[in-house]
Amino acid sequence: MLNYAVDRVRTIALAVLLLAAFAHSAFAAPFEDAVAKFANDEYSDTEEAIGALATSGNPLALPVISALQDGRLMADPDTKKVYITQPDGKSVDAATGAAVASVPASASVVRVNNKLRRVLAAAVGGLTLLSPDPAKRLQAAQSVFKTHDETMLPIIDGALAKETNKAVKAAFGEARAAILLYKPDATEVEKLEAVPIIKARGDQEALALLTGIPPDQPPAVASTIKSAMAAIQSNLALWSTVQNAWYGLSLGSVLLLAAIGLAITFGVMGVINMAHGEMVMIGAYTTFVVQETIRTRYPGLFDYSLLMAVPLAFIVAGAIGILIERSIIRFLYGRPLETLLATWGLSLVLQQAVRTMFGPTNREVGNPSWMSGAFEIGQITITYNRLWILCFTLAVFAILLAMLRYTSLGLEMRAVTQNRRMAASMGIATSRVDALTFGLGSGIAGIAGVALSQIDNVSPNLGQSYIIDSFMVVVFGGVGNLWGTLVGAFTLGIANKFLEPVFGAVLGKIAILVLIILFIQKRPRGLFALKGRAVEA
Amino acid sequence: MITDSTYAIAKPVSRRRWLAASAGLVLGLATFAPAKAADDTIKVGVLHSLSGTMAISETTLKDTVLFLIDEQNKKGGVLGKKLEAVVVDPASNWPLFAEKARELITKDKVAVVFGCWTSVSRKSVLPVFKELNNILFYPVQYEGEESERNVFYTGAAPNQQAIPAVDYLAKDEKVKRWVLAGTDYVYPRTTNKILEAYLKSKGVAQEDIMINYTPFGHSDWQTIVADIKKFGSAGKKTAVVSTINGDANVPFYKELGNQGIKATDIPVVAFSVGEEELAGIDTKPLLGHLAAWNYFQSIKDPENEKFIKAWQAYTKNPKRVTNDPMEAHVIGFDMWVKAVEKVKSTDADKVIDALPGITAKNLTGGTSEMLPNHHITKPVFIGEIKPNGQFDVVWKTPGLVAGDAWSKELDGSKDLIGDWVGKKCGNYNTKTNKCGGQGS
Repeated sequence: MLNYAVDRVRTIALAVLLLAAFAHSAFAAPFEDAVAKFANDEYSDTEEAIGALATSGNPLALPVISALQDGRLMADPDTKKVYITQPDGKSVDAATGAAVASVPASASVVRVNNKLRRVLAAAVGGLTLLSPDPAKRLQAAQSVFKTHDETMLPIIDGALAKETNKAVKAAFGEARAAILLYKPDATEVEKLEAVPIIKARGDQEALALLTGIPPDQPPAVASTIKSAMAAIQSNLALWSTVQNAWYGLSLGSVLLLAAIGLAITFGVMGVINMAHGEMVMIGAYTTFVVQETIRTRYPGLFDYSLLMAVPLAFIVAGAIGILIERSIIRFLYGRPLETLLATWGLSLVLQQAVRTMFGPTNREVGNPSWMSGAFEIGQITITYNRLWILCFTLAVFAILLAMLRYTSLGLEMRAVTQNRRMAASMGIATSRVDALTFGLGSGIAGIAGVALSQIDNVSPNLGQSYIIDSFMVVVFGGVGNLWGTLVGAFTLGIANKFLEPVFGAVLGKIAILVLIILFIQKRPRGLFALKGRAVEA
Repeated sequence: MITDSTYAIAKPVSRRRWLAASAGLVLGLATFAPAKAADDTIKVGVLHSLSGTMAISETTLKDTVLFLIDEQNKKGGVLGKKLEAVVVDPASNWPLFAEKARELITKDKVAVVFGCWTSVSRKSVLPVFKELNNILFYPVQYEGEESERNVFYTGAAPNQQAIPAVDYLAKDEKVKRWVLAGTDYVYPRTTNKILEAYLKSKGVAQEDIMINYTPFGHSDWQTIVADIKKFGSAGKKTAVVSTINGDANVPFYKELGNQGIKATDIPVVAFSVGEEELAGIDTKPLLGHLAAWNYFQSIKDPENEKFIKAWQAYTKNPKRVTNDPMEAHVIGFDMWVKAVEKVKSTDADKVIDALPGITAKNLTGGTSEMLPNHHITKPVFIGEIKPNGQFDVVWKTPGLVAGDAWSKELDGSKDLIGDWVGKKCGNYNTKTNKCGGQGS
């Protein structure tokens, strides 16, 4: 994939070889000339300068190249001076390494584009193959694996002999195998030995590497490559099923999170609450406000911002929920159509209110470091934010279940929903319980907003995209049953993710809706229908 | 679920009052009451959604037109009269666009309308503008295949955005495999049809093109991003050409960042993502992904710097960003003012005839011209996303590109041209020499 970088890497590799043979000082003048080229603000000059630096053998080259990579290299177009801003805020002259008091105001960051970023990565790879830091050696080995440049072979061989770290050694071995497979004059035996190493790696990059091998191979090599590719492909196909299942769980968790509050307000109380999505949105905006406050006042606490936002979102959304119940919904119990219209109107009012307060554009909610990035299990990638959302959803579900089961408020809620008159005559203040139940459902929607702000837009329309899905989950799972909501959400999530690769995203969604319609025909009360007298109430 | 006792506490009177109150509030928020105006002003209609899905993009354009009118009035207005904005809110509701356009023209008697964003809203107001003979300036990049007498297209046609972007990727990034990803509606579908035909004419094989559509507001991108990753590991350089629109972009880019797809491996070039859209994303993981536009805020030019300064002062927000459709309104507004001053009248027929040939400075150091097909000449820039949410221009066309109303890549439209000066026809077939040739 990175063929165009190969030329550059060749010169770099040559340089690394030369580095062992020559003294540094002999290259000082070209080094300074090369550094001055960064000030020209031309991509072609910058590329030449990187090449010259990498071949200079000067120990100052690596700091300059890594500074360029991180956007810390500043150049002054007037004086042609180039500076490195170090992460601690101090500055040095790039050409001499001497400390300078400050970078002149006329200096600006040296610009790089994608092509230069690749050249830079290859240059850093070449310069760090022998680095004392195993993590850097591992990165360097991987960059050689991608470029599979044959001039690197002697260095790799040397590094391989010395290497003691197991993971780095394996990476060097893979890089060596990749080079041999692409080397035109490698022997058949060498190539036959190389194929199983790549096959053992077994991921998409290995497959890409094998696919790209020039076709003019000896028949024995060609056939082993072919069988290795087939093996990797069937292995990957197996993993893709696992991956779909994971995606399904993750989508299911998002659906569950969005629907769980509705399972209380609609499922338990029977209020068709069209403003449910807006409670989710209010939770997301609470997260935004919390993050803004933390950013401006206590930047060090940023990673904890979500944890702080959870209780606040619950309180804000819950309070608004109670307000809505007291001021609108309590007058409409027993009139589902009027409730539907009133809450729908309310959802528009809330959306426009947020739009007026925060503006119509998206608001940026950052991902804390523990929610960014991904890790790999076998051949599937699991992103941290999805994993945390899954855990968080299950935790919220468990807490809610425990609350309904073991607290006195939970007992009162169940009593009121099962038989309001009986509960009232036992001394339960039913209208207070109504308000609290609605507040609880809204508060949980607010908590969902905190999590959804991590994967979706924080805009006034955030809630709209979840309201239909939420109703779908609750109706499918069975109204009035929390377990039904859980099973319903995960079933829909997984079904959606297995249909999507086959039908595409648009048809997949339609297919799910058709399946639900058919299912509701068969079982009008959903997966887990309530039985007994509660149904008749 | 609903019991009799709750039924009893609902009092009919208060219920009705509540419903009336909330309905009244909704209506009150959704509509603007147009102000009464004196006769010595020229009215300018502003038809952009201020609520609903498209408010995210269109609200800024409403502000832009108000800003331009304000600036023009400071210079003494047009023909000695002050300009007066009439703002209506079509609320991202396509049929409402037509109603509001009719209201602007018949009730408020505006001389010109600046408005619309989505193609479907433009198609919705077209018959109104034709019937009532008024002028619409449409500022957004769109799929082309249209040239109407009453509409002036100041955004990019596909040959002013999509085709140069693909050329850049093929030439400078040596891309051999293409993912065309879009939202499922007319603009992405037509653009992708044009791009597919163009790529095939350049010798790209069918199996090296993957086309993917997603619904509006799609938020779960895991499967599609994984598919792109898989498609990109076939040993050939791969790029994504994205016509994903609106809200769906944020989760898409977040998923790309999280799954570790870097711009150096698989670059994404977007046609609908600008400074405004990036304002809601943490852009650090997006470093190096691309966008193709005719304007970037970061372009160093005295005109641009002056405009940004005045705009940020007008909005009282020193961080307010500018974007491409805003520049289109700046050019369109300037052209309209010049045309009105040229014919000394705001009469629609006279202004329509005067507009082709009018030139106006764009904000990137060039001069755009209104063409006989009612499209304009524009430079094309490719920018890479920087960590601060701005773009770094990495490539631009040597000169200005003339907008083609009809794509040369599609069989159905390659012989058609729009010419409202000589031929007086929006779809003139150069093969049969007849007006009324069919577009696809």
